[in-house]
Amino acid sequence: MSNQTSRPAGSGRANMKRELPEHFRSYKHVWVFIEFEHGRIHPVSLELLGEGRKLADKLEVELAAVIAGSGHDALEEVAGTTFSYGADLAYIIDNPVLADYRNEPYTRVMTALVEKYQPEIMLLGATVLGRDLAGAVATTLKTGLTADCTELAIDGERSLAATRPTFGGSLLCTIHTLNYRPQMATVRPRVMAMPVAQEGRSGRIVEFTVDLKEEDIITKVLDFLPDTANEAAQLAFADIVVAGGIGLRTSENVQLVRDLANALGGDWGGSRPLVQKGWIPAERQIGQTGKTIRPRLYIAAGISGAIQHRVGVEGADLIVAINTDPQAPIFDFAHVGITADAITLLPALTNAFRQRLSVNRLAG
Amino acid sequence: MQIFVCIKQVPDSGQIRVHPVTNTIMRQGVPTIINPYDLFGLEQALRLRDRFGGEVTVMTMGPPMAVDSLRKALTYGADRAVLLTDRVFAGSDTLATSYALSNLILKAGETWGAPDIVFCGKQTIDGDTAQVGPGIARRLGLSQLTYVSGIDDMDLTDRQILVRRRGDHGVQVLRSQLPVMVTMMEGSNEIRRGTQADALRAARAEVVKWNAATVGIPDVSLCGLRGSPTVVKKVFAPTAREEKAEMVATTDQSPVAMADALINQIFTRQPALQDDLLRQAAGH
Amino acid sequence: MTHEHFDAIVVGAGPSGNAAAYTMAQRGLKVLQIERGEYAGSKNVQGAILYSDALEKIIPDFRDEAPLERHVIEQRIWMMDDAGHTGMHHRSDDYNEDRPNRYTIIRAQFDKWFNRCVREIGVTVLFETTVTSLITDENKRVIGVQTDRDGNGIFADVVVLAEGVNGLVGQRSGLRRELRPEDVALAVKEMHFLPQEVIDARFNLKGEEGVVIEAMGTITDGMVGTAFLYTNRESISVGVGCLVSEFAKSGEATPHGILDRFKNHPSIKALLEGSEIKEYAAHLIPEGGFRAVPELVGDGWIVVGDAGHFVNAVHREGSNLAMTTGRLAGEVVANILGSCMTCTRDNLQTYVRQLEDSFVMKDMKKYKNVPRMLEQGGRHIMDLYPRLLNRSAQTWFRVDGKDKKSKESDILRSARQARGLTGLLGDAFKLARAWR
Ligand SMILES: Cc1cc2nc3c(=O)[nH]c(=O)nc-3n(C[C@H](O)[C@H](O)[C@H](O)COP(=O)(O)OP(=O)(O)OC[C@H]3O[C@@H](n4cnc5c(N)ncnc54)[C@H](O)[C@@H]3O)c2cc1C
Ligand SMILES: Cc1cc2nc3c(=O)[nH]c(=O)nc-3n(C[C@H](O)[C@H](O)[C@H](O)COP(=O)(O)OP(=O)(O)OC[C@H]3O[C@@H](n4cnc5c(N)ncnc54)[C@H](O)[C@@H]3O)c2cc1C
Ligand SMILES: Nc1ncnc2c1ncn2[C@@H]1O[C@H](COP(=O)(O)O)[C@@H](O)[C@H]1O
Repeated sequence: MSNQTSRPAGSGRANMKRELPEHFRSYKHVWVFIEFEHGRIHPVSLELLGEGRKLADKLEVELAAVIAGSGHDALEEVAGTTFSYGADLAYIIDNPVLADYRNEPYTRVMTALVEKYQPEIMLLGATVLGRDLAGAVATTLKTGLTADCTELAIDGERSLAATRPTFGGSLLCTIHTLNYRPQMATVRPRVMAMPVAQEGRSGRIVEFTVDLKEEDIITKVLDFLPDTANEAAQLAFADIVVAGGIGLRTSENVQLVRDLANALGGDWGGSRPLVQKGWIPAERQIGQTGKTIRPRLYIAAGISGAIQHRVGVEGADLIVAINTDPQAPIFDFAHVGITADAITLLPALTNAFRQRLSVNRLAG
Repeated sequence: MQIFVCIKQVPDSGQIRVHPVTNTIMRQGVPTIINPYDLFGLEQALRLRDRFGGEVTVMTMGPPMAVDSLRKALTYGADRAVLLTDRVFAGSDTLATSYALSNLILKAGETWGAPDIVFCGKQTIDGDTAQVGPGIARRLGLSQLTYVSGIDDMDLTDRQILVRRRGDHGVQVLRSQLPVMVTMMEGSNEIRRGTQADALRAARAEVVKWNAATVGIPDVSLCGLRGSPTVVKKVFAPTAREEKAEMVATTDQSPVAMADALINQIFTRQPALQDDLLRQAAGH
Repeated sequence: MTHEHFDAIVVGAGPSGNAAAYTMAQRGLKVLQIERGEYAGSKNVQGAILYSDALEKIIPDFRDEAPLERHVIEQRIWMMDDAGHTGMHHRSDDYNEDRPNRYTIIRAQFDKWFNRCVREIGVTVLFETTVTSLITDENKRVIGVQTDRDGNGIFADVVVLAEGVNGLVGQRSGLRRELRPEDVALAVKEMHFLPQEVIDARFNLKGEEGVVIEAMGTITDGMVGTAFLYTNRESISVGVGCLVSEFAKSGEATPHGILDRFKNHPSIKALLEGSEIKEYAAHLIPEGGFRAVPELVGDGWIVVGDAGHFVNAVHREGSNLAMTTGRLAGEVVANILGSCMTCTRDNLQTYVRQLEDSFVMKDMKKYKNVPRMLEQGGRHIMDLYPRLLNRSAQTWFRVDGKDKKSKESDILRSARQARGLTGLLGDAFKLARAWR
């Protein structure tokens, strides 16, 4: 979509009638690529199974998990997990060459698998791995790929309607892949809700073998240096998140956000401009190009609520906005708002919360 | 060594406005910049050239005014700039863009020597898809090295390259074989300030301008709107939530009073959260 | 390595530098222009009035391509008190002519376009490059410039200083003295975006018609300064400017505070309602007038535009003087180099003589006493008179059973009370003299 945003909506091909070429008519079913690395399933893959399930039900087709890696037992166990998260079947591709993720063998496998089993929709996480793979596979298949979707739906013509923020202003766009299959989309972690696992749910396993030899693969993995437990990585999973924006005015005031988060035992972050100004580290950015969060309570102080920020926080159970401007767009999607100066209100909130919580400790 | 760097001219995101009535993006007068992610690739390219010799060619597909970005890249020290501009490319999505760019790279390769490395940005700040780099790699059969945080070593005789690549859970150390397509991580370096000689050379340089015909695009139907599988069906403003935010207002405008009212509201809405917080606090 | 040599180096790519560079290149000189901003106009305050005449003399058919916003068909001059304004509106359909005389423009776009013309005519332009000093030979003749990029100096037969109001290069090289606070105004400006139809409706405009409001009065807190509002196609430029010395005297007034007051004034607020603010910018305006004009030429150097203090504060003209001085300087330099002479101080004096003969110096001289007068009597003009005027207007227009004669004497009495008869007469006299 790099240049596409310059197209006026509703003009030209947007109104084009869908005419799926004959050879694509046999493409059926919804696939989710399962990221399985270093013995772990990436949570985004399970979130996508939840979403894929809905699409498959709507289309009345099957939902398949695609699992690639090395070591049959481990892959079967992953398949079991995907069944409990909604998959009807799992394609397993087991090959020592697939032990560590590398673009080349994975692209080959995925291309071959799609050509053989012909899904109509394929979803991947918008992670480093997912983006690396999706871009390559979409090119080998010469099909459309919509990145970083925030909403997926099936329209009246059985076509995938993939919605994502569009560049610049506070706008969203819905993108379709009309005449090509599969319709591919990536979704960022935490954008979709984690489905509830149904223990004991089962499915079919389909083994897929490809002719892959290590000698044919140009890129070699020499080493892997795992990240040490990164506390910022917890931000995406925190129950309570407090974040600040440009309304904080100075880098010093970021401390006010941290204080409140501490008092609540939560985590903290900020809007993108704060990262650009160097007030907070990049891992603490919340939004489309930062972390997506789904806390029980999100407090946004001095954040206007641009679409790129909004899509990163909309999954929160309760959004509380503090802004001096009663017209700020954040009040359009916050649940609770207050027109106030964050710089004076934040410390007062911290104090008040502390008091209420400590009173209880005495009582208890 | 031949290094190609794909750059894109993008509107400066901070200055974009949306027409409040028509909801279209108002581009008029919005300054353009080189996609910031592309500069990490450009700087890495310049460093490799400084160390191993050779040439850095910057290239873009875009409207005629993209010449400004190319000239700026020359100011940083690139040796040559090429613009691919043609009506047939208008409305390209990432698949069509990578088709045009890979043909541009082929033509540039024939003209100045095939590239050993093609650099792309990790992603653009307008499209934000991170798809064009992989697309180019696949079309040209280059080894694809995305999210590279450092190039540790390179050997031009046995054509090997050693890189560190940022994965989701750690850093991969990879060895690959030239030619490669690399996208650099942000923060991996900082774009240099070109010298006065660079600036003068850039100001006077002729930017090479090619169109679909000069590049010899094999199949024009794969370009632009026609060649794009994805279609933007609608652009719309996000809807406000059904019920607007409940605004907490107090007669006493002191922070203390406001904080109190706000907390009451939060706990009314989320009694379970209150219980959990209290339990947590008591547990300490 | 041989040194880079040009016929002329122009420092700055504002209207004056662009005019000078264009004129010289058009006459066949090898010209280098150096601009510290990312592009021409990037450092310039947005939204302004363009006077066609000065540009027409350089690029006759500029209207075909230049990014113009609206042509001005209505001028409002307001005296404001806290609650309202009294003023004059002048509007005429005559301004809907083929070649309108005044346009609103957005400087960032306009300067960029003008500079593109400059590059297309063959000038080499360096951006993001700051001239740090002038290189002189043993006779103190300027022979080139040093920039902040790594590398040797760049040399030229003449350096055109089009660096704008601060004139730091000239100052550092001892060609001029430091700016005095009473000679410069600090202006702040904002762009307020609104849909074209809304602007048309609010200001009673159609097509490309535009309105200019200039205002003074109590909003500046008694400081010498003015406020303005221009309609662009899809935005409104609003700003205020006050002398730097006045801010210093006041101690607490801030430019931003005054702009806020202006924007929230009942007469203005409704005009901006619902707009989206972008781009806040502050810039100096040289308002010292004729007496503040520095030395304009020397051996190997020549000064144009704001750097030469060419601004007519009373009529709010600047860019036209900048372009005219730039063009004249360019012509003079081209003539000198074209006839194989050198750009000595004496030869460059032709430029000064031509300025004297043009409207530039004539206007500068006409208003030469205005700055001093404002410095002395400013408070009354900026505060007292607007109040008086508005109070008088109210007395005059209210129908309240009082006879007209008493109303007239009320008005006179309150004026006399406020300033005293001699004071009033004195102000009138001074104003008249300053304008003469
Ligand atoms: C491709 C792309 C990706 C992006 N990705 C992200 C992303 O991931 N995350 C993100 O956050 N942004 C992202 N952005 C940027 C986004 O568009 C906005 O520019 C950004 O979110 C605005 O940040 P802000 O709300 O802090 O600042 P502003 O928009 O400047 O808002 C500041 C707010 O603070 C209020 N305020 C001022 N003073 C006070 C005070 N004393 N007390 C309380 N309130 C006050 C103001 O009324 C205003 O509403 C992206 C943009 C693009 C183009
Ligand atoms: C708020 C405001 C409103 C105005 N409104 C109007 C109006 O409506 N109509 C009007 O006619 N005039 C107006 N003016 C005045 C007008 O803007 C100036 O008179 C005009 O811009 C002067 O042009 P210039 O080329 O001399 O200087 P500038 O436009 O200031 O250009 C100087 C250039 O030199 C560059 N530069 C400076 N130092 C260096 C260096 N060392 N090395 C390299 N580059 C350097 C700067 O970056 C700048 O681009 C206004 C001014 C202000 C501040
Ligand atoms: N039109 C273009 N011209 C040159 N390079 C491009 C173009 N579009 C994208 N790229 C390159 O591809 C990268 C990723 O772009 P995107 O897929 O749009 O996020 C960019 O950082 C550029 O290096």
